[in-house]
Amino acid sequence: MSRLEPLLIDQSVKGRRGVGIPKSPVSQPLGHLIPEKFLRKKKPHLPEVTEFQVVRHFTRLSQLNFSIDTHFYPLGSCTMKYNPKLNEAMAGLPGLKNIHPLAPDVVSQGMLEILYNLEQWLIRVTGFDAFTLQPAAGAHGELTGIFLAQAYHRARGNKKSVVLIPDSAHGTNPASAALAGFKVVQVKSQSDGHIDLSDYRQKLTDEVALIMITLPNTLGIFEGQIETITREAHAKGALVYLDGANFNALAGLVRPGDLGFDICHINLHKTFSTPHGGGGPGAGPVGVKKELEPFLPVPRVLKEKEKFVMRDSKHQFPQSIGQMRSFFGSTGVLLRAYTYMVTLGEDGVKEMSRRAIINANFIRVRLSKIFKVAANEPCMHEAVFSGVPALKNGTKTLDIAKRLLDYGYYAPTVYFPLIVPECLMIEPTETETPETLEAFCTTIEKIAREIETDPEMVKHAPHTTPVQRLDEVQAAREPVLKWPSWNSAFNTFYEEKTQKSQGPQK
Amino acid sequence: MYHPNSTSDEKNLLKKIGVSSFEDLLPRLPKNHLNPGLGLRKNLSEMDLSREMEGLAGKNGSPLSFVGAGAYDHFIPAAVPAIQSRGEFLTAYTPYQAEASQGTLQSIFEFQSIVAEIYGMDMANASMYDGATSLAEAVLVAVRQTGKPVVILPDALHPHYRRTLETYFGSNPGIQLATVPCPHGVIDSKELDMKLSANKDKVAAVVIQSPNFFGCIEDGAEWTQKAHAAGALSIVSANPLAMGLLTPPGEYGADIAVGDGQPLGIPLSFGGPYVGLFACKQELMRKIPGRLCGKTVDTNGQVGYVLTLQAREQHIRREKAISNICSNQNLMALAVTLQSSLLGPEGLRDLAELNLQQAHYAASQISNIPGFKLHFSAPFFNEFVLELSGDAELFQQKALAMNVLPGLILKPYFPSLDRHILVNVTEKRSKEDIDRLVSVLRSVK
Repeated sequence: MSRLEPLLIDQSVKGRRGVGIPKSPVSQPLGHLIPEKFLRKKKPHLPEVTEFQVVRHFTRLSQLNFSIDTHFYPLGSCTMKYNPKLNEAMAGLPGLKNIHPLAPDVVSQGMLEILYNLEQWLIRVTGFDAFTLQPAAGAHGELTGIFLAQAYHRARGNKKSVVLIPDSAHGTNPASAALAGFKVVQVKSQSDGHIDLSDYRQKLTDEVALIMITLPNTLGIFEGQIETITREAHAKGALVYLDGANFNALAGLVRPGDLGFDICHINLHKTFSTPHGGGGPGAGPVGVKKELEPFLPVPRVLKEKEKFVMRDSKHQFPQSIGQMRSFFGSTGVLLRAYTYMVTLGEDGVKEMSRRAIINANFIRVRLSKIFKVAANEPCMHEAVFSGVPALKNGTKTLDIAKRLLDYGYYAPTVYFPLIVPECLMIEPTETETPETLEAFCTTIEKIAREIETDPEMVKHAPHTTPVQRLDEVQAAREPVLKWPSWNSAFNTFYEEKTQKSQGPQK
Repeated sequence: MYHPNSTSDEKNLLKKIGVSSFEDLLPRLPKNHLNPGLGLRKNLSEMDLSREMEGLAGKNGSPLSFVGAGAYDHFIPAAVPAIQSRGEFLTAYTPYQAEASQGTLQSIFEFQSIVAEIYGMDMANASMYDGATSLAEAVLVAVRQTGKPVVILPDALHPHYRRTLETYFGSNPGIQLATVPCPHGVIDSKELDMKLSANKDKVAAVVIQSPNFFGCIEDGAEWTQKAHAAGALSIVSANPLAMGLLTPPGEYGADIAVGDGQPLGIPLSFGGPYVGLFACKQELMRKIPGRLCGKTVDTNGQVGYVLTLQAREQHIRREKAISNICSNQNLMALAVTLQSSLLGPEGLRDLAELNLQQAHYAASQISNIPGFKLHFSAPFFNEFVLELSGDAELFQQKALAMNVLPGLILKPYFPSLDRHILVNVTEKRSKEDIDRLVSVLRSVK
């Protein structure tokens, strides 16, 4: 029997319904309320199924997934740690879940207090002076940070049009800078992932508004020259941005605010353990130093005389960059992160990064016999390797990644950063046990042996997943992005229904 | 504590790593900044934390609320959170390893299908952050596609959406935002003509919101025709629930349809996370931002799903990417998929009509009270602007004292609407709730 599940639309039978909608007790004829020309004529092709069909369909789909709850995710730069159930329960409290974003402050005191406290926690952990919780994701945080830098320079009359970005940086860095209208100039990385200081100095002109740095860098190594880099940037009147994607390595150990950074975003869905949800939602709060606080987006949460207030007026924040999204923020995500931080407390936050670093170094040492470590020194939260020494008989890193799926491990991040050939990036996080790490490494060793004894089998992995390798070329050549619409141009359903509902009711 | 915390674990691991202490693993960290005191509280047990959070949640009020304005209090069937909270969906990562992510991928494919069908468009992406950012991305697509700089916004556009566009494009010399007045609650036809001719050959897009911020239904077909006649694209921002009843953008030839999926299965949650919907005509397929999931086959010819057309995206194109977006609001998209699947075409229509009927009942009852009147006469969906006889702030305070929140005060957004509130009535407000609102309004006027 196929383990796959047909599309829900293919299980549809006319007339079935998953939820009953009561009739309005105060109905008037529809024609009295809306002109005929505004009424929908063509029925949307949505499934007509029972609630049970919906539940079984999506439960079966869920079982086709790997997830943190079911599998180890050694996914570098993604910080796939355990997502505590407590956080779900707290974010789901009716008194928090059902608050309207535009409710008057007097109605949302508890919510505002939590959000205010979360800002204070983030300020303390990072060493910045102020935070905005608004950005919806890391990339959205970057864009916010870049707008902040732009507003800062404009307010000072600086004409600076360049953003410096290391070539090893995440692709969102240059994409965000370009979206804000900056010219992106790449700075070279050395083979160990560190910024090439001489290239940096050459490119650090008066035109540079901002330098975006990932710390630890994408090889999982702490940039030892960071204070030199930030100092020299400031001497040229440039600001320094920290891409906080790897903050799980730093929390409690060092504060970016102490190292000369001016702006940073924190991926709460990584470091502070809010669930990834198969690709979102996340949250990317942005912290800034005092000089940048006037530019933070509105609305802002403030404490005034023991009351919490949300303010967005132009008069109060004349220099604000404005608003970055529909409403205050991804509050449901913020609540989970807050719960996580408060549960850990000061010692727990420190222990979190400590254990993450120890786990990553265990992986680094243990797998250095199979792969080549990208930097020959202790790593921070993740271990980066070149797969080349293990790749025999025409195999590639991708094959190892796919074969891991057969053994019940999600694949590590592969082929990033690009400066490492056949790269594997493994981030175990602090929440995995030594037993899991040991078993994972033993599996890698086993796959390395399989490459010698049965390379064809490895090249065609995975074999045990619901589907095998998928034809991505076909998917892109003639994309099929939705199920078919109704064949007939018009379905009279709505016209019938409209006429019916115009009869007297009640 | 969520990590294995026995000290023997740590000692063993350090021994296997070959160092004698944790500090040996930190050769490059600046010693003078290492291990700062953070000034955080001590850890809390699950029990203590629950008590504390419940206490904070209890500080929030729960008035009978008629505030909508882009975030709506709709009924969510139990099956939606039950499925959405399954660990296999909740704790999965972005489906880059397609073989291990077919559940997420197929549900994205179904989401894309549902969004396209609801808006009557050819296709949709895997979702954006929310309604405002979807609109910002649509504007970018239009400017890039037409090579023209001017984007016309209606005055009745949600003010937060407008603010978001101003933040995104305010310092971008390639994009100019212009506003067309809506003196009667909807776009004024003559004013739109004037704006289009004043910016002849320079208009990239006309943005239409329907229902708009005031709840009024725009003549999307007519404004789209005018946009096209001027060589501009038509971008429609629409509440997807209203599409159960109202002509969807695809039916009148709009080029891009966007909106917030919040009304379909997502709790208010103080503004987020919600989900941005983004649908378009087929010819824009390779020009749009965001993830796309496509159908394909595996090496055995079995049907499967993958992320596709990734050459548009930041991880490949870097500064030349169509957008900097790197995620989708997948879990919220799943809620929309679940809610829409439970409703089906008839449920979507019936739910939309229930909203419409309840809101119109409220409007007619309220306008019978002396001193209150509907400010606009344009047709509306589930929201309307109410003119009060006096100061809205004072009025709200009095109503709140009776635990009723009658609507959103409009003065901060539209200074001329200084005695006006925006009243939203969803299916969750029963006839009794509405009658209570009416009696409160009578007593505080």
